[in-house]
Amino acid sequence: MSEQRPPVAVTQEKDIRVVEFTNNKILDEANIADIGARLQTLIEESEHPRLLLDFTTVDHLSSAALGMLINVNNRIKQRNGQLRLTNIKSQIFEVFRITKLDRLFRIYPTRAEALVSFEQ
Amino acid sequence: MSASGSNRSSSSDRRHPTAPAVVETRYGTSMKFTIPSDHAAGQEVQNRIMAEVKKFKYNSDSQFAIKLALEEGIVNAIKHGNKHDPNKTVYIEALVGPGQAEVIIEDEGPGFTRTEVPDPTEPENLEKCSGRGILLIEAYMTSVEWSNNGRRMHMVKRND
Repeated sequence: MSEQRPPVAVTQEKDIRVVEFTNNKILDEANIADIGARLQTLIEESEHPRLLLDFTTVDHLSSAALGMLINVNNRIKQRNGQLRLTNIKSQIFEVFRITKLDRLFRIYPTRAEALVSFEQ
Repeated sequence: MSASGSNRSSSSDRRHPTAPAVVETRYGTSMKFTIPSDHAAGQEVQNRIMAEVKKFKYNSDSQFAIKLALEEGIVNAIKHGNKHDPNKTVYIEALVGPGQAEVIIEDEGPGFTRTEVPDPTEPENLEKCSGRGILLIEAYMTSVEWSNNGRRMHMVKRND
């Protein structure tokens, strides 16, 4: 059930790739695999990838999506890159909190705060 | 809710979801589905049940909880229970009323023991990519019980 439009929209802020999700649900496996593949491409484009994932549009997310995000985090760490998450709605943040992944990921309330958090 | 099994499809029509049995009762809307081990069929069932949850005007947090638990429960049954076997089906029964939503999900897999599933929130498991579905179901639902060696999950969410 692949989407007609790409599952993510990517913009650039200096050397930081800012990724927004185009679907309000990150649930089904095909969609998650598609997002994972696109993020992997972004990671491979840079020696030390810097990614900011903006969850503004996201209303639902499954444990499979969390698995994909952990995988992305691990791959970025392998390349000594940096990953930040921002604009996570309170219901979704609760999912991170219950799974204690709010301790694994660096999560910021706003995009501006996330952008300045990247280390040089 | 009645015992499962009576609504299971015969092997000849397993490739297609059976027409759901939907009955209005004094307790709410009762729905029974038997679906193949297929995510699209699981999604259809989820949508049908969520339509009833919305009809009874569950609050936003309860709707979020039930949707998440249905997603995780049905995916678990298809993926980890039936292991996508096209010859196996998933039985889903829901009773959605104004006071609570009750859902049974049963697969035809080998079953599992809840206590043997590693805790994904332990530091050594935090970076592993799987194992969070059950944790989320239990966190979001009012009660969750497993029977039939882990093949059958009975979960309840109160509308409060």
